[in-house]
Amino acid sequence: MSKNIRFVQGNEACVEGAIYAGIDFFAGYPITPSTEIAELLSARLPEKGGKFIQMEDEIASMCAIIGASLTGKKVMTATSGPGFSLKQEAIGYACMAEIPCVIANVQRGGPSTGNPTHVSQGDINQARWGTHGDHAIIALTASNHQDVFTMTVDAFNMAETYRTPVVLLFDEAVGHMREKLIIPEQGELEIVDRLRTSLGKGVDYHPYLPREDGRLPMSDFGGEHRYNVTGLFHDMWGFPSNNPSVVNELLKHLVDKIENNVHAITRYKEHFMEGAEYVLISYGSSARSAIHLAKSRRAKGEKIGVLELQSIWPFPTELVREKCEHAKAILVVEMNMGQVTAQVKASVRKPNRVFLANRIDGHLITPSDIKKLLRVIQGRGV
Amino acid sequence: MAVKDYLRERFFPHMWCPGCGHGTILNSLIRAVEELQLNKNEIVMTSGIGCSARISGYVDFHSLHTLHGRALAFATGVKLSRPNLNVLVPMGDGDALAIGGNHFIHAARRNIDITAIVMNNRIYGMTGGQFSPLSGPGVKATTAPYLTIDSNFDVVELARAAGATFVARSTAYHAKESTELLKKAILHKGFSVVEILSQCPTHYGRKNKEGDAVSMLELHKTNTAKLGSKALEENPNLVPRGIFVEKDRPEYCAEYDKIIAYATREKVS
Amino acid sequence: MAKKKLKEIVINQDWCKGCGICVSFCPTKVLELDKADKATVVRPEDCICCKMCELRCPDLAIEVLTEEGDKDE
Repeated sequence: MSKNIRFVQGNEACVEGAIYAGIDFFAGYPITPSTEIAELLSARLPEKGGKFIQMEDEIASMCAIIGASLTGKKVMTATSGPGFSLKQEAIGYACMAEIPCVIANVQRGGPSTGNPTHVSQGDINQARWGTHGDHAIIALTASNHQDVFTMTVDAFNMAETYRTPVVLLFDEAVGHMREKLIIPEQGELEIVDRLRTSLGKGVDYHPYLPREDGRLPMSDFGGEHRYNVTGLFHDMWGFPSNNPSVVNELLKHLVDKIENNVHAITRYKEHFMEGAEYVLISYGSSARSAIHLAKSRRAKGEKIGVLELQSIWPFPTELVREKCEHAKAILVVEMNMGQVTAQVKASVRKPNRVFLANRIDGHLITPSDIKKLLRVIQGRGV
Repeated sequence: MAVKDYLRERFFPHMWCPGCGHGTILNSLIRAVEELQLNKNEIVMTSGIGCSARISGYVDFHSLHTLHGRALAFATGVKLSRPNLNVLVPMGDGDALAIGGNHFIHAARRNIDITAIVMNNRIYGMTGGQFSPLSGPGVKATTAPYLTIDSNFDVVELARAAGATFVARSTAYHAKESTELLKKAILHKGFSVVEILSQCPTHYGRKNKEGDAVSMLELHKTNTAKLGSKALEENPNLVPRGIFVEKDRPEYCAEYDKIIAYATREKVS
Repeated sequence: MAKKKLKEIVINQDWCKGCGICVSFCPTKVLELDKADKATVVRPEDCICCKMCELRCPDLAIEVLTEEGDKDE
């Protein structure tokens, strides 16, 4: 069978990944630079009997996918910074009520309306702490279209596995760039489907009572089990409770189910990392420049490698520490004021050897931007 | 099934204050559902935040207690993904028309088959008695110690203009009438709005010298009149009750099914 | 329509919050509030089974049982 090879935008690769993962329902609101995801799904979803709805605002689209998820559907929305800000209220609800859903944030420059048509990676911390209160979150990212596809599939899988919202932190450069995508055959990638309760009619079902393996089987709205879903702290039936032990246990559960599975959630790639004395840590479109630089310097005999992060949250602290153990210096290459840099500094044994190589002017960071800083660190002058 | 079979009795007595009209609205709604003999497994009740929103915890349906003002947005996701479900969305006045105003008009515009119930007590009760977009001018509230200067929405006119295809109004005093209107609203194919005037003796009544629940209900009786009644003709200042809009217009989920049918048609080459 | 005959007015005093709505609006003054401010039946013989107390009760605490229909006819 001939391979299904396409030449697509990153946003289209995301759509293909969502279709592959089994998306049933999308609700969204137009926003640059993510709009193509909504446009493409408005055509693709009804072709497979799925539903697309353009809601009245960003908040409503986040709420609508939560409602649809409760009826047993695989759901997604897509947005960019300003819309991501608006969605935070309902993202917190999805964390609290443990609703599987995927939110793609194709990042643009911010704060506020910022730089709509230009690249940025400024929403790293917003993905982590955008909504109020203690919680944990999963955020994945990718630097090329094949990985955009795979990470989108992973996002749907993790949303189901952990009953949680999963954020796809793409960026404008990846979203709008065109390159090759090979769509895998069905069965090539694992698909995690909704875990539904096996309890039948008349048996007391507890929507918020984890099984031994920590997973919580769901029951679709419209099915035999009628239960409550709320954004308030709640007991194992889903009814509001302010009992201190219920509050304590639930909050710990919400954080632990993700933070304690950091190893299972972590996604990364290593490029030229063997014996690397200088480690470039990067992700998303900036990783492309980091990889380019490492490749060209390796050709000249310099020991430079790239640790490309594909999962940002929960932050892979141990992985970063381990991979940077023998590095003379670590350069975090990102397009913000050092959001992942702060995480890396907190992860490694010698934080004073961690440097930020960034660009924040709306243009993609280039290999020569990184090289300039590297030369200073290497003591080779400006 | 009996009325009580639709309740989660273990949560009673409920948390509403003595004489709160919201309890009567729950009473009327549960009777409407009972008289229609709806299957509990096919009802989803979605509510927002506030005193009104607690209603979803008391009914033995699939219940979704959401965010302030967002109940209709959640409900839209539920309904579009599973159009066979009956989706009931009771909301408070601030919930539905202040923070949720955008969702309200757009759900009406789409004419999605959802039953929206505005439990209008003209006050934010749960936070302690602030004025709402339905309080109207000249009302005392904790955030209007010198009387409100804000004009109020007319829910009926707003819903009509936004495109709702069933619009009705009743009061907590007219409990039987409420049940009848709710039954029609639930059966109506399209976006239905039933505004039910409710009383908040604790915050609104006390601040505005309207007395206790009984005297507030007396006002529902004396200040309203049936559409088409002589009383209304003689005194147009009375608040009209009854069905204001009842018409057919393409329903959103049914229209989307046509999109699916078109997108999945056999393509002849 | 045959006139309904009262079997019993059941008041769930655990649910009743004593707002007095049933007492005030009963057309034949069948109900009163007791010392604990709970609705109680004092003149059942006057009941005309209009059930408005049951329908208006904000606490869902009243059930008017009639002869022919038992609970809810």
